Amino acid sequence: MRLIASIAEWLDARLQLGSSIRETAQHEVPRETASWFYVFGSAAFVVFMLQIVTGILLALIYVPSAAEAWNSLQTLNQSVPLGWYIRALHGWGSNFMVAIVLIHMVQVFLFGAYKYPRELTWIVGVFLLLITLGMAFTGQVLRFDQDAYWGLGIGASIASRVPLLGPAIVHLMLGGPIIAGATLSRFFALHVFVVPGLLIAFVAVHLLMVVKLGINEWPMPGRLVRKATYTKEYHELTKKDGLPFVPGAVWKDLFFAAFVLLSVGACAYYFGPFGPSGPPDPTIIQTAPKPDFFFLWLYAVLSFLPPSMETPVLLIGPVLGILGLLLLPFVFGEGEKSWRRRPVAVLTILLVAVSLTAFTQLGLHTPWSPLMDAWSRIPIPRDFLHNRTALERQGALVFQVKQCHNCHSLGDEGGKRGPALDAVALRLTQDQLIRQVIQGGGNMPAYGKNLSPAETTALVAFLETLHPAGQRPAQDASRSIVLEEHTTSGASNPQ
Amino acid sequence: MTVPADLTRRQLFMKIGIVLNSIVGVILAAPILRYLLSPVVRDRSKTFDSWVALGGLEQFPSGETRLATYRNPVVTPSDGQTADIACWVRNIDGKSFQVFAINCAHLGCPVRWFPHSGLFMCPCHGGAYYQDGSRASGPPERGLFQYDYRIEGRQLLIKASQLPTPGQPSQASNLVREIQPCV
Repeated sequence: MRLIASIAEWLDARLQLGSSIRETAQHEVPRETASWFYVFGSAAFVVFMLQIVTGILLALIYVPSAAEAWNSLQTLNQSVPLGWYIRALHGWGSNFMVAIVLIHMVQVFLFGAYKYPRELTWIVGVFLLLITLGMAFTGQVLRFDQDAYWGLGIGASIASRVPLLGPAIVHLMLGGPIIAGATLSRFFALHVFVVPGLLIAFVAVHLLMVVKLGINEWPMPGRLVRKATYTKEYHELTKKDGLPFVPGAVWKDLFFAAFVLLSVGACAYYFGPFGPSGPPDPTIIQTAPKPDFFFLWLYAVLSFLPPSMETPVLLIGPVLGILGLLLLPFVFGEGEKSWRRRPVAVLTILLVAVSLTAFTQLGLHTPWSPLMDAWSRIPIPRDFLHNRTALERQGALVFQVKQCHNCHSLGDEGGKRGPALDAVALRLTQDQLIRQVIQGGGNMPAYGKNLSPAETTALVAFLETLHPAGQRPAQDASRSIVLEEHTTSGASNPQ
Repeated sequence: MTVPADLTRRQLFMKIGIVLNSIVGVILAAPILRYLLSPVVRDRSKTFDSWVALGGLEQFPSGETRLATYRNPVVTPSDGQTADIACWVRNIDGKSFQVFAINCAHLGCPVRWFPHSGLFMCPCHGGAYYQDGSRASGPPERGLFQYDYRIEGRQLLIKASQLPTPGQPSQASNLVREIQPCV
């Protein structure tokens, strides 16, 4: 023990760091901030440390070459002892990191911590969020599988829409004319050197400001922030009712960090690593690429935007969003901090949370995508074929062969791209069905060129049977009258 | 320019030192920038595109649309399989062809051909195209990207090398083009 103490003394005599570390550790923080609500920032930092360690461990085996990366991941998963577990830790660590950073941001926003004098801390925090998402995206690319390959294509397609500079940005991003070796190499450089370097630098500045300016006090309804008086009030508060950060508040950070690390470890153990999915061979086109969890919402948004809105929304939306976040502390730098008196702030968070959850949920199920193999895999339910005429059954066959089932469901089975057709005969008359099938419309392709008159007749005959028993199918009321008149006039006036 | 009266010799040397470093910085920055921008600058000289063979005409029966693959003309040893690119070849009538990029005009996912319904469908966001590549439904703003093609000694060749994106489509437009005679 004495030896350790003397070594520490020897080191400190040369490093001269002991006193400043002690001072930082024991600086006074307001008593209420020793709260479980204040543990997310440190937890994000701890997960980042885990990412650095597991990332370095993965780099011992991983080969950043388009020709070898996928094989080296297979080696990690299959051959290297516990290679799968390190991959799983890194993958789950990534998800936890994004989640914790988002929770931290929500807490900081709701507690008004971005207000004076912590504007820059917030701004650096916004960049940290973007950098964390950058790590998540570049990391997804390094798992160089089908999803990564086509995900890069999606990234390139979005980047290409930038006016004038689009093609140049794409080439810069891909490192050449196509997604290939140079692309993976530059994403490796980004993921391993550039972005983590930025992350470390920004975290350092972020932490420095938290220590220098003091942690945000617990917001009390009615205790308003005023630039003229805030600093004085804050110091009085910490002097009157403060406690040293170590050990007063830090124990909760430590407990939560351990809990988070254990959770990452448990998820990694139970759920295993992410992928890799199929090899990055662009000639294998039987694939339905999907991004990682935290980008699913964007994937969903991209399928719902009308074509004309897409480019403006993609290019202007993020700029406005980031600008809004950056300007927030300048526009609302003073005033009420407590979320109890900031209903708009609470509603904003709720709106964003509900939207992101809804879009993520949709992204998981992709109802907008045709079910590529529905026509050959999912049979028409028996009830829809029972007691049908030969023509109607022929129509059911056309329904399958022409891949209608890929977009339309029957008995809740099949694609969800178009409306379910279980009761289509209630909605459309025979003429309307014929028109819809031949001309398409309402986001449905026209099948006129791909259906013979006989096939159309059979298909429509089948579609006309699709209505609940006991309910009459839709009929054009004028039709019977016209037909009747035609028959009567034909009978009375034979020519 | 007047020299401030209180400028000492050491201060002057320090300033000269800063200027020297700035000059050296610029000198070093030029090659670094050129290196970084090489994928863009090379593009400008248009050395990317070249004619590649998709195979003999017998592989593409008249009236049918078939998947073809080619090795990208711009290739490095580390590219592996990523340099193998797929495309759809439509033999319209035995004389004229259409060669479509595999990438959806929306966000680049690989479209699949369904001969029975005569549609290309995209698995990502549900874009659909007719057999001639024109947009049928879904989020794409335009039809499928097309490659220029020519026929040489019973071989079908296309002009390729770049990932077609909405901002920089491949060479040919999606409009109806002059049909090239079969050589």
